[in-house]
Amino acid sequence: MHIMEGFLPWEWCLLWYVISLPVVAYGVLQIKKITEKNPESKPLLAVSGAFVFVLSSLKLPSVTGSCSHPTGTGLGSVLFGPAVASVLGAIVLVFQALLLAHGGLSTLGANIFSMGIIGPLVAWLVYKGVQRVNGSTLLGVFLAAALANLMTYVTTAIQLSLAFPVPSFGVAFNNFMLIFAVTQIPLAIAEGLLTVVIFDYIMKLRPDILENLKVIGTKMKEKVGAVM
Amino acid sequence: MNNKQYLVLLALVAIIAIIPLAMYSGLGEDDGFFGGADGAASEAIEETGYEPWFESIWEPPSGEIESLLFALQAAIGAAIIGYVLGYYNGRAKKDE
Repeated sequence: MHIMEGFLPWEWCLLWYVISLPVVAYGVLQIKKITEKNPESKPLLAVSGAFVFVLSSLKLPSVTGSCSHPTGTGLGSVLFGPAVASVLGAIVLVFQALLLAHGGLSTLGANIFSMGIIGPLVAWLVYKGVQRVNGSTLLGVFLAAALANLMTYVTTAIQLSLAFPVPSFGVAFNNFMLIFAVTQIPLAIAEGLLTVVIFDYIMKLRPDILENLKVIGTKMKEKVGAVM
Repeated sequence: MNNKQYLVLLALVAIIAIIPLAMYSGLGEDDGFFGGADGAASEAIEETGYEPWFESIWEPPSGEIESLLFALQAAIGAAIIGYVLGYYNGRAKKDE
């Protein structure tokens, strides 16, 4: 999903920066608010950021014969909300743009929009949706992480087709979807599974923090307690 | 979930990663396999006649240095996750 340095006309770079920066700024404020209210959640914030670091560094092979990587933003979004996950995504994207020539400073706004905003937003909406219909917590986490991963890449395909509608938006979108989305499907499933494992482990060890963050209800805690 | 179930899920992830390697066994980058999707997108953009207007300020000078930095990225993340979850785990055991 990284749009390489210089690979978007400057007008588009500017537009995505204008959209993304306020969200990241709002996320920073949210982090302050949440950690003041629930100081015990700070280590989990670090874990969420670290999870993005690990997953986005793993370039995995896919059935299409090309390689791509998970994003890791689903966990942070389920735990702390999409805006906080935007900040975590932005940190990793800056690291990769500066040190790895992966993505770039000119395209940073666009990459934050796909990986840091749309992905986490999808994760959060899916998780809350599954909760609303009383679906299982872990199913919610799996779908949230997998769909966040997939939609991040669909967003990149849309961004590129908007900037390069050659010969038309539809044809370009098909091409970029073939490059990104199909490759991404197995990786999205892998990311969903990994997120379920770490989320379940956190839920087992510190259900109290998840409850304070309103990630799980009080009843859930009793259920977890009973299983342990 | 118990430890066994964790292992099953992690094994599934490993299988997802191994299947493509088995499917295209013997084929490599020279045959157009296992390149990055990001790079493929950049090529598709260049085919439209577009030329990038900005270059990376700094690039890892070789594949070795790039893998060093990627490993560093993963190591930082893994260290933090292991530290925090290990701490929680130790505390939960002590409380019992």
